[in-house]
Amino acid sequence: MRTTKIILLCLFVFGLLSGIALAENVNVVRKASFDKANQIIIEFIEEIEEAWAKDVNNFYVYQKINPDILIGVSKVELLPDKRTITLVMSEDLNKNEVHIVGMKNIKIGKQTFPKLQVQVKKFYFGYLFSIFIGAMLVNNFVFTKYLGLCVFFGTSRKKSTAVGMGITFTIVMVFSAMMSWFLYQFVLKPFNLSFLQVVVFIGMVSLSVQAVDTILRKVNPVLFKAFGVYLVLVIANCIIIAVPLILADNEYNAVESLMLALGAGLGFLVALFLMSSVRERLELALVPPSFRGLPIAFVTAGLFALAFMGFSGMSLF
Amino acid sequence: MAATTKSNSELFLNGILNENPIFRLALSMCPAVGLTTTMTNGLLLGIAVTFVQVFSSCTIALIKDYIHPRIRIPTYTFTIATWVTVIDMVLAAYVPGAYKAMGIFVKLIVAFAIITMRLETFACKNNFVKSFWDGLGMGLGFMFGMMAIGFVRELLGMGTLFGYKVLGFRTLLFFVLPAAGFFCVGLMMAIFNYVEFKLKQKRR
Repeated sequence: MRTTKIILLCLFVFGLLSGIALAENVNVVRKASFDKANQIIIEFIEEIEEAWAKDVNNFYVYQKINPDILIGVSKVELLPDKRTITLVMSEDLNKNEVHIVGMKNIKIGKQTFPKLQVQVKKFYFGYLFSIFIGAMLVNNFVFTKYLGLCVFFGTSRKKSTAVGMGITFTIVMVFSAMMSWFLYQFVLKPFNLSFLQVVVFIGMVSLSVQAVDTILRKVNPVLFKAFGVYLVLVIANCIIIAVPLILADNEYNAVESLMLALGAGLGFLVALFLMSSVRERLELALVPPSFRGLPIAFVTAGLFALAFMGFSGMSLF
Repeated sequence: MAATTKSNSELFLNGILNENPIFRLALSMCPAVGLTTTMTNGLLLGIAVTFVQVFSSCTIALIKDYIHPRIRIPTYTFTIATWVTVIDMVLAAYVPGAYKAMGIFVKLIVAFAIITMRLETFACKNNFVKSFWDGLGMGLGFMFGMMAIGFVRELLGMGTLFGYKVLGFRTLLFFVLPAAGFFCVGLMMAIFNYVEFKLKQKRR
């Protein structure tokens, strides 16, 4: 009963946070989306001037990750309703990336904005799903980013240990990533304290490990007995500190952060499970004496990494 | 364990040979796999780790009498995080190109097990000078390991060393691929083990 209440409370807080995060983009632009290979459609809530809209120099477009590289706008079309414009680019767009469309001196209805920026993304749930799958398979933190290897090799000897570690890790990961995101967006960024990232995030991780430890001990002693031993190991894992840093670098919002954290945690679980299944069999295999233990584990991980390269370039939606 | 009785030079060599962080202790494997496509990367991250290790060892050795045993691990973590922030900002300002190549790894030094482990097992029990030599040895040992793997991968993968062309023929692209990091580390560990076996047999 009490567990249900706590879960409901957590959901409520997440909902509230994501509400705040989503609200920022809703002002004068009703809809911004990709159309054909090289087109972006933007719909405003009120009419805009035709002469302004026809001038290509009023627009600039770039990918969010490369703000220095501008994409040329070759033509702008205004639909008869005077609210929707279609930007035609000089090259095809990579729709997996978030694009920013900037507009100078725009007049919408009676309001004038000297500088207006609009984010263009794929269909939102598709985008979220691609972040999730990206963190879990395409950019698996263990096999394609080489993080968290100490814990990975340490706890992948037995399947039961591997699953326990993976689940504990996922819980702590989600918890600490959300807290770090909150702290970064509402404390570090507004006060220009971004240089304290490392110190604050590592503190946050230790704190959330301690918090999960205390809560689990009180709420569910059986679960604590099963997973408590892995909690200490979580702090020594680089992934848990890498995810908040990636969130801060990419300026993800609350829901996107949740998806990345969940994907990273489950990706680690998948990697641990695969590895432990192989290592249980390696115990029975005839391995040359100098390869026993870690060396053969590394070679196995290398084979897995080669297999995971097959996921690269995969894109959904 | 009480304070060590080893001399400074023994402590220094201990980190490089007997307890080499990468090949012997098998700690901090993430950069050893992820960041060793070139020797330059290995060298730069080695310098950063040496810096953090030496300064946090010295800091802890200085303030060890004032730390309550129950909060020692958080104290270590925050000490390391502070020095990591310092080296992170220094590298970003003075070598921006290489800093970008190393990406997130510089900030991740904060989670390297080797540094916390040295603070826990050595610096909190020994004086300033001994901690300095131990930290320097460990840092340089790490750098040596990184550069050894980087040497193999860069030579076989691209035929260059520190960016200068050495081999004239076509090389194996496989070694530049990320996955080859695992193979290289595994094979080098196996070679170390093999040499050790042979030496033991000879002694008998």
